[in-house]
Amino acid sequence: MKVVNEVNWMIGGPQGTGVDSSANLFSQACATAGLWIFGKREYHSNIKGKHSYFQVRVSDKPIHSHVDDVHILATFEDSTARLHAHEVVKGGALIYDPTKIMLDDLDLKSGIITLPIDFNTTLRHVAEVTGEEYGKLAIIKNTIAVSASMALLRMDISLMEETLTRIYTGKKAKFVGLNMAAVKKAYEAVDALPDELHAQFPYHLEPKKNTPKRLLINGAQANSLGKLKAGCRYQSYYPISPATDESNYLESHPEYGIAVVQCEDEIAAIDMALGAATTGVRASTATSGPGFCLMAEGLGWGGMNEVPIVLFDYQRGGPSTGLPTRHEQGDLMFAAFGGHGEYPRLVMAPSTIDDHFHLAFESFNYADKFQTPVIILNDKFLTHSLETIPPFKEDHLVIDRGRLATPQELETAIADGKGFPRFRPDAKTVVSPRPYPGQEGSPYWMTGDEHDDYGHITENPETRMKMHEKRMSKYKLMLEQIPEDRQFSLHGDPNADITLVCWGTTYGVLEDALPVLKEKGIKANFLHLRMLVPFPIATEKILKKAKKLVIVENNFGTQLGHLIRMATGIFISSQVVKYTGRPMSLDEIVSSVEKLSKKEIKPEMDPLTGQSIEKVVLTYGL
Amino acid sequence: MVSKLQAPLTVAAYKSDVHNDWCPGCGDFGILQAVQQCCAELALPPWETMVFAGIGCSGKVFNYMSTHGVHTLHGRVLPFAVGAKLANPDLEVVAVGGDGDGYGIGAGHFVHAGRRNVDMAYIVMTNEVYGLTKGQAAPTLGRGQQTKSLPQPNTNDAIQPLALALSSGYTWIGRSYAFDGKHLKEMIKKAIDHKGMALLDVLQPCPTFNDIHTAEWFNKKVKGPGENVMLPRIFNINEAGHDGSVKDPTNFDEVADKQRKAFEMAYYYGDRAPVGLFYEIKLPTYVERMQAQAPLLKKYAPARVPYEDASHLPTTDLSKSYEEFLF
Repeated sequence: MKVVNEVNWMIGGPQGTGVDSSANLFSQACATAGLWIFGKREYHSNIKGKHSYFQVRVSDKPIHSHVDDVHILATFEDSTARLHAHEVVKGGALIYDPTKIMLDDLDLKSGIITLPIDFNTTLRHVAEVTGEEYGKLAIIKNTIAVSASMALLRMDISLMEETLTRIYTGKKAKFVGLNMAAVKKAYEAVDALPDELHAQFPYHLEPKKNTPKRLLINGAQANSLGKLKAGCRYQSYYPISPATDESNYLESHPEYGIAVVQCEDEIAAIDMALGAATTGVRASTATSGPGFCLMAEGLGWGGMNEVPIVLFDYQRGGPSTGLPTRHEQGDLMFAAFGGHGEYPRLVMAPSTIDDHFHLAFESFNYADKFQTPVIILNDKFLTHSLETIPPFKEDHLVIDRGRLATPQELETAIADGKGFPRFRPDAKTVVSPRPYPGQEGSPYWMTGDEHDDYGHITENPETRMKMHEKRMSKYKLMLEQIPEDRQFSLHGDPNADITLVCWGTTYGVLEDALPVLKEKGIKANFLHLRMLVPFPIATEKILKKAKKLVIVENNFGTQLGHLIRMATGIFISSQVVKYTGRPMSLDEIVSSVEKLSKKEIKPEMDPLTGQSIEKVVLTYGL
Repeated sequence: MVSKLQAPLTVAAYKSDVHNDWCPGCGDFGILQAVQQCCAELALPPWETMVFAGIGCSGKVFNYMSTHGVHTLHGRVLPFAVGAKLANPDLEVVAVGGDGDGYGIGAGHFVHAGRRNVDMAYIVMTNEVYGLTKGQAAPTLGRGQQTKSLPQPNTNDAIQPLALALSSGYTWIGRSYAFDGKHLKEMIKKAIDHKGMALLDVLQPCPTFNDIHTAEWFNKKVKGPGENVMLPRIFNINEAGHDGSVKDPTNFDEVADKQRKAFEMAYYYGDRAPVGLFYEIKLPTYVERMQAQAPLLKKYAPARVPYEDASHLPTTDLSKSYEEFLF
């Protein structure tokens, strides 16, 4: 049976040997062929030597999740074959180096095509035909592994040349010939397979002609572009995985005139961004869990002084340094409640890679409209996942700087001579007019202490109440002014038997799961919360109406579940969670919903609430 | 470029109408007044001037100025001030704080501010105690010293802030005394005028909690070399011949020599308290370094880069960046 344009390809190897480059080459070749891909990257907190792998799922329709079954496993050393051979499905293929590993040592299913490639001998051949030094060619192993995969999938060799020509331009153009010598050897190795054996391999990729242009992009890049579009021109940060990619991207693009400042720590990173924001620039910082903890102090100051600022928290496995390069949705509670005292903060999380662009753009409008810190919860999963998506829609984008001081208000302040009443609540807008330093009449005072209309310190109980109430009432503004379709979304049949509830980047896997569940006779829909704080209370009617609720989260304790219970009293006792540091696969979601719908899960006591719950704990993936 | 007023304002115009609640006799008064005098003499537009302050008694300076005044967080005055200056280099940014604030909880920021050489003045009020929390030891208090409210003599050694500033890369390092108004004002002016990161450490008595280094102690003469030679406690190192200004920043020998001498002077503090300009060098500021990497920032401050049109549509054209990703 021929399977066209549905394949899950995996490559692995020690870190620093070009696993990422080969996944990029494979993904770019697929994108060039007009196919859709979703690529997931897994790696250790290590520079060189530890095992990393990248799986790329290819389809002729848009996809937003990864699957467990591997159709081609491409390896060029022994460890990847040992660790992942068992994931190759019957009928799949393994590319391996017979000088490094014996097939008998691998946990292989029967009926798998094994393609031996002696990588070193192939490299020696490449050295001979190109005149390049053999010792410098180790990295070409990746090209060989990718090309052999493409040959197995019956992609024309010209596609490899087209892709390599795109990758190696300018001074690097000489590498095209070098790589093509390797590509040819890899195609020859596949040609050398007995015809009947290759004919058995069911997976084919067929290029699509005249497809509309698409972006092949990851979450960090999409996020950065959204920020630039929004006019963010100041970013301070301290290096931390996996957040650093964003700052690196921004710093690599000085043409936009963005100041990117590497700080001495995350305390300085948030405080510098706050200081910058006081001048009127759209400012932000990007960090991950441990750094986010250090920013709690600065965020409180931003809330007290009504400073528009956006913090992008790229969540990773916690607590403490936790799993530095792995995925988790573990920072929601801290984002919602971190810090002493009470101040308003808007917490949102993007759903897809496309949404990284849009939410990053929107977040600066929200920061300005509500004049308070905005926290965006990104995560390692989509930050480093590659996806083909339609180009970002830009036509509807509008910049909203919120309530700025009018010339009239500045004139009045000059005439009064008391300073600008920066914090005086405005009867209509609640938030107060904001002048920028540099405007005549602008001077006002800022302090983390309680203060009056002008920013002068006061401990007067009435002023305290007035100011505290004004700040906290911003939560009401957020609920009223952020459009409902930006707060949450319901997908699938509104009358489904099962309603899956999720937030952040589990969106993609649930979107892909609905049609699969439908085929299996399970009527499910899903509710995605994009806004988390303040709680989008309009979801209450959906939650109350649902026949069966299942919460899906990449953490131990269902942090959104707790927020839902706080806001609505609804306790979701059916839970699908994963806290291995790996994201959820499509197969895992489908099988766990199946189990829950068949009531196969034994109830247990939830240690966090003492309640009886039915909990599916997902574990798949290295 | 920081602009100057056509018609200078009076010193009074830089005062806010907020009631001052420092203790009578506090050295902070002298520093506040000198800052206000400098603003008037430098003709700084109050609306283009931002005074950032730390937390503690010194931190209240922000509220007594009629410029923009920003009361930051304990130890964090430099990151806030640096952020503002980098976002809009056209603003005059001055940072003020205490010794506990800047050399204690803020020591990390203090060091890294030197490496960046942002064009601003940082004035530190050094009184050796944490005043607002009722007199604990600041990092400048010597080991074994027991000021009024310490339950035991101080168990830590003192840091030497000027030496720390020197090794951190501050490009202007000076010290003055809170009750020598004339010298203080001149030094603040120079620190503000210096193109780069300037540290002005200001010795000051805390009449409430520091009963060791009081105004009387500072005014007392000390024994000099030879019989019956008495010298003033505070002495101006520049009048005594110390020249800390590097003439040629590319001359390694000269730089090394001036740094060595400044370091020696910083550690002179014992019986006598040296004040004056310890070290000065002209190096590219952080903004200049940023502009070299992102030429658009020569044309616009980050806070002034255009990104929207009159109808608030975003004007940033990403099409060049999209090319890398388009298939």
